[in-house]
Amino acid sequence: MPALDLVANVVVSGILTGLVYGLMALGLSVIFGVVRVVNFAHGEMMTIAMYAATVLFAALHLDPFLAVLPVAAAFFVFGYALQSALINPFITRPEHSQFMLLVAVAIILVNAMLMIFGPDARNVQVDYQLESIELGRILVDKARLFAAIAAIVAAAALFAFFRYTLTGKAIRACADNYLGARVVGLNVKHLYALTFGLGAACVAIAGCAMVVLVDVTPPLGPSYTLLAFVIVIVGGLGSMGGALLGGVLIGVSEALAGLFIAPSAKSMFSFGLLILVLLLRPQGLLGRRA
Amino acid sequence: MSRRSIALAVVGILLVALPLFAGNYALSVATLILYFAYTGQAWNVMMGFAGQLSLGHALYVGVGAYAAGGLFFYYGIGPWAGLWLAIALCVALGLAIGFLAFRFGISGVYFALLTIAFAEFTRIGFDHFGWTGGPGGMFLRVAQRDTWDLANFRGPPLMYYYAMLALTALAFLACSLLLRSKAGYYWQAIRENEEAARALGINAFRWKLLAVAISAAMTAVAGVFFAFYYNNLFPEQIFNISRSIEIILGPVIGGVGTLFGPVLGAAVLTLLSDGITEALGAMGFDIPGVKQVFYGLVLLGVVMFLPHGIWPPIARRLRL
Repeated sequence: MPALDLVANVVVSGILTGLVYGLMALGLSVIFGVVRVVNFAHGEMMTIAMYAATVLFAALHLDPFLAVLPVAAAFFVFGYALQSALINPFITRPEHSQFMLLVAVAIILVNAMLMIFGPDARNVQVDYQLESIELGRILVDKARLFAAIAAIVAAAALFAFFRYTLTGKAIRACADNYLGARVVGLNVKHLYALTFGLGAACVAIAGCAMVVLVDVTPPLGPSYTLLAFVIVIVGGLGSMGGALLGGVLIGVSEALAGLFIAPSAKSMFSFGLLILVLLLRPQGLLGRRA
Repeated sequence: MSRRSIALAVVGILLVALPLFAGNYALSVATLILYFAYTGQAWNVMMGFAGQLSLGHALYVGVGAYAAGGLFFYYGIGPWAGLWLAIALCVALGLAIGFLAFRFGISGVYFALLTIAFAEFTRIGFDHFGWTGGPGGMFLRVAQRDTWDLANFRGPPLMYYYAMLALTALAFLACSLLLRSKAGYYWQAIRENEEAARALGINAFRWKLLAVAISAAMTAVAGVFFAFYYNNLFPEQIFNISRSIEIILGPVIGGVGTLFGPVLGAAVLTLLSDGITEALGAMGFDIPGVKQVFYGLVLLGVVMFLPHGIWPPIARRLRL
């Protein structure tokens, strides 16, 4: 039985990592909640952001937390373009057709990264990765803390955007009632593209924060896609708070499973949790029943 | 005879005669095409006929492969007995998943994600389960390539080719009969509008379960073939979500819900993938990933410009 201190430490680090997971899943959740398309290329986009941060770091010695700005801007444009060029024509097509489209995008992205960066792991090395802060008997990694703070700030900004700006309200109107939004004259296709851009920007920020915690390899993409699915289903597809809560829950369950059982078995618990939630509360912990 | 049965007869004769003029390599490619045609056909029963999107069919391939492979590996029991265990396990698994999902009213994207979750859960479980050999894999005794040992399903590539051809033909026949049976019409009604079907008195729950059970049983057989054809099993490979996607690609590219779609889609995709490898090899492009990028681009093109797959426009052109 591991000591209580150790368990507390592991839980805290699980919560912090979970917040970054939550931000990644928030992107997926926002896209699904509005556009009603499940982004099967989500994790692949996450790894692209991580690679972008390593490249900026290697070339310009740019700290990943500063690289957030250019990477998020580029991702916003990429997301906007992807939605308006590829996904908008698929809005009315059946689910398996949308699924195939995004699988094709995911195959292209993950293998393009394999071509460009090769199969070896890449990372960034900054001095605060080795430092930690002592809070009583709990040691908190500085890098993990910064990553979690970045995730919280980004999520808060997104919440504020949807709640207080006119564009944010217009997007929520599209999500509530597609036909109604068109009747009152909203440019739904533009708003959809904007939403996808915002979702992509969330992933970009999560990727830049994640790259200070883990090394990046191309196969990380598909596993992050699955992780993001698990989180949004557990939290509630389309619910923003649910995505963050789901992220924290999965972060903690992964950390505890890694401690008590085996690190390689950690995602088995996530999938087990997913199955339970789907069966007992299919709308997710914080989701509303459709 | 209708144009349709003539076309079918011509394709059938060509396939039976193929080994006369094909070498071992061409035969292995043809076996792979038939394998994907068969699994695509199995998946199509659930999605194409009954409208239930499964993204986790690798689960049934894997459980089928490990059931028959394990019996052979540990107890020397041949695949003809193992086959029944594989089918029984996969049907039970499919029924359990279907029962839970349909009882709790899970459909569409949620159902698809549930099937992924079960496949992934099993993959990681098998990785930590000593009986399967875990991530180190399970290796079956390699086949004697020159003798036909039908009892243990060991033999030359020709044997595997004909076995797969027979399976695909049987699946094709079974699907065409199913599609025109009472179950087939009920499934199509459920696929098009479940509420309306229920209002007409169709027990959607029971018929959807039947579709899952048939699809799982058919896929289990493919798993047994997989185990004895490749002789090595790794949970990481066999249960991987990309295996599930491979199964779906054929019918989606060929035409969901059609009989010929899965077969045509499997042929086009396998030849395309092989052709790209050859072409890139000839040009000296040997960077890992190039092939899949091309593959993805073609996939993207087909999905965008032929929303109902390749087969329906061809069928119309040929008046089949």
